[in-house]
Amino acid sequence: MIGHLTCKPGSSQANKTGSWRTETKPKFLQKNCIACRMCIYTCPEGIISGEGKNTFKCDYAYCKGCGNCAAICPKKDIEMISEMEEGDQK
Amino acid sequence: MTQTLFKPGHTACAGCGQAVGARLVIDTAGKNTMIANNTGCLEVFSTKYPESAWCVPWIHSLFENCSAVASGIEAGLKYLGKKDAINVIAQAGDGGTADIGLQAISGMFERGHDVLYVCYDNEAYMNTGIQRSGLTPTLTNTTTSPSGAGSLGNPRPKKPMPEIAAAHGIPYVATASVGYPQDVQKKVKKALSIKGPKYIQMHVPCPLGWRHESNMTFDVAKLAVETGLYPLFEYEYGKLIPRKIAKIKPVEEYLKVQGRFKHLLKNPDAVKQVQAIADYNIQKYGLNAEA
Amino acid sequence: MKQFVEGSHAIAEIVKRCRPGVVSAYPITPQTHIVEGLAQMVADKELNAQFVNVESEHSAASVVLGAQATGVRTYTATSSQGLLLMAEVVFNIAGLRLPVVMTTANRAVSAPINIWNDQQDVMTVRDSGWVLLFAETIQEAVDLHLQAYRIGEDPRVMLPVMVNMDGFILTHGMEVVDMPSQEEVDKFVTPYSTTYKLDVDNPLTMGYLADPDYYIEIRYMVQQTHQELLTIIPEVAAQFKRQFKRGEGNGLIEGYHLEDAEQVFVAMGSVCGTIRDSVDEFRSKGKKAGLLKIASYRPFPKNEIVKALSRAREVAVVDKSISLGGFGPLYTDLSAAVSSMGAKAPKVSGFVIGLGGRDITLQSIQEVYECLSGKQVDCEFIGLKKELLAEAK
Repeated sequence: MIGHLTCKPGSSQANKTGSWRTETKPKFLQKNCIACRMCIYTCPEGIISGEGKNTFKCDYAYCKGCGNCAAICPKKDIEMISEMEEGDQK
Repeated sequence: MTQTLFKPGHTACAGCGQAVGARLVIDTAGKNTMIANNTGCLEVFSTKYPESAWCVPWIHSLFENCSAVASGIEAGLKYLGKKDAINVIAQAGDGGTADIGLQAISGMFERGHDVLYVCYDNEAYMNTGIQRSGLTPTLTNTTTSPSGAGSLGNPRPKKPMPEIAAAHGIPYVATASVGYPQDVQKKVKKALSIKGPKYIQMHVPCPLGWRHESNMTFDVAKLAVETGLYPLFEYEYGKLIPRKIAKIKPVEEYLKVQGRFKHLLKNPDAVKQVQAIADYNIQKYGLNAEA
Repeated sequence: MKQFVEGSHAIAEIVKRCRPGVVSAYPITPQTHIVEGLAQMVADKELNAQFVNVESEHSAASVVLGAQATGVRTYTATSSQGLLLMAEVVFNIAGLRLPVVMTTANRAVSAPINIWNDQQDVMTVRDSGWVLLFAETIQEAVDLHLQAYRIGEDPRVMLPVMVNMDGFILTHGMEVVDMPSQEEVDKFVTPYSTTYKLDVDNPLTMGYLADPDYYIEIRYMVQQTHQELLTIIPEVAAQFKRQFKRGEGNGLIEGYHLEDAEQVFVAMGSVCGTIRDSVDEFRSKGKKAGLLKIASYRPFPKNEIVKALSRAREVAVVDKSISLGGFGPLYTDLSAAVSSMGAKAPKVSGFVIGLGGRDITLQSIQEVYECLSGKQVDCEFIGLKKELLAEAK
């Protein structure tokens, strides 16, 4: 009897860690962004995407609200806002 | 979502430096990579059955044997004639590397396996609850080297693991920090372009174990480098290549943002002792850009 | 082809013919001649394999674990302290369902340090999930290695197999061995092929964390596979017998004068040879003695044993091992097996013999036999030197 030997690649995506957020979440203002990509580098979840200036956003389904993207942004173009704002994207 | 080989949904703490480091490594190495992972936070938070964050072949065996498992993977791939097309990475935390895994890693280096070893150094046994490891810095407060009336925390210096690796005569040794992601990428890329055993030790802040705010991960990592407490350098075929510091900061700036060093701040002698370690590093590795 | 050969060299030769792609080992007496032989074969290009010289048994087992995970056939060998050092990895290999084959040159464990034969080493990994086979002779050890690869790599099994051969007695003894040719081996042991492997085109995660919601089922599956092995091992043994025209027993157990035996010795490994001679002697004196040899200790062939002992009145379990503070391990297993026989169960006595290489002679077996008619004993040491014990406090 053999089964359950492996996990499928990338299957962790079934686990929506966005529910971990308690207080704040990042808001990508998309105003002064210079597309330096530091927010992408610093996200422990790997859920920030974007190409050109002012196109970056994150996937709230997984965002744990750590705030590193906002802290690293050299243009202060990412703001940590209350969980309840912006129509509750949770 | 960006294309990453280390998917979200893993259960690392918010602001985990190791999660950032692991993604930087695998996304730089690419999909033709196999990973042998020691037991530790990374293994636990990325492969809780039936889910896995990994999109490359990945195996975990035990706490101390990823070097030997990776050696076996490399030997298997050599036998199959596939080694040249595939990167083999062994990865572990600081305890799994410098303490319990030291014998196996030494064997892997000495035998000359074509494997990149990455040590994610968060300076204590975080997975089991912040116990002291051989890579815990001097005077750190951990759960097994607590500060108290008769103690300032860990009494011993950090084990010189990069030097131990380099002493094996392996072609590439480097320290890195998640605070400098492009530098990490450059070093991983360089390491993988070299045949033989390689060692990268990456400083990865742990908000829980270091007791700093979860959004401070990168600031803390950068401060460790900027103070000289976590020197960044490479030994390429034995030759030291330091990453110079433009403006060296006093160690207090690093200590004061972390709960694990809070007990030192009222003790000028202790701070001096830590500053001496930074000064020694700056001199030893030639880190001062202005010197 | 028949040749007069040392046991270890015979094992190296048969392992070579099984074509492992990666061999890794760390030297320990009395395993050394086996791996030295394989190293020479690789050096001479007789064997196309990666030979990995490691810094410990822990790494030897880890290297074959990693190599087997790439879908390559592997081999390692060890003994005594080496097996104890790799114990953690031994459990892990079974849990990962990697069909590694390992020879254990059975030896005593420290302290005191002792390089001679008994079977205490293997008992420390008894519960690991490995298939544990025991050889009585060098020929049988050779034949079991062929079967080990077949059994372990069977897609229904996917478990590691350990061939136990008594240190020195079999590893360093010389015997005429009928060595199967490469063609014959190739016919019996076909190339290892599996989709359960590390593969960049099918990137699976192996060795995950299983929490309480999943763990017990995964262990249960190993236990179930061992139940299935009770039919798979006899299948492989029968195929072996058909192709090579030799092999007694069904791969799980073997009887000697069991048909009408009233007093039955139960044992594993080379001591069975000594017991056969004793049985002949008892028989020549009109005593109905017999031998039940356990060839497969894990899986433990309970039903076969119960059937084989259905006529026995007294059973002597001869253990070359001891669970200190308890009993001989084989005695414990056998007692559990016969407990299902109810009132028909024979009287089972347990004997510990030959630890640390103490000679097991016909006289030793006679001593066991004489105990059988008396009061039931469960952990009787045979051949203790009274004068040494007298000095102890």
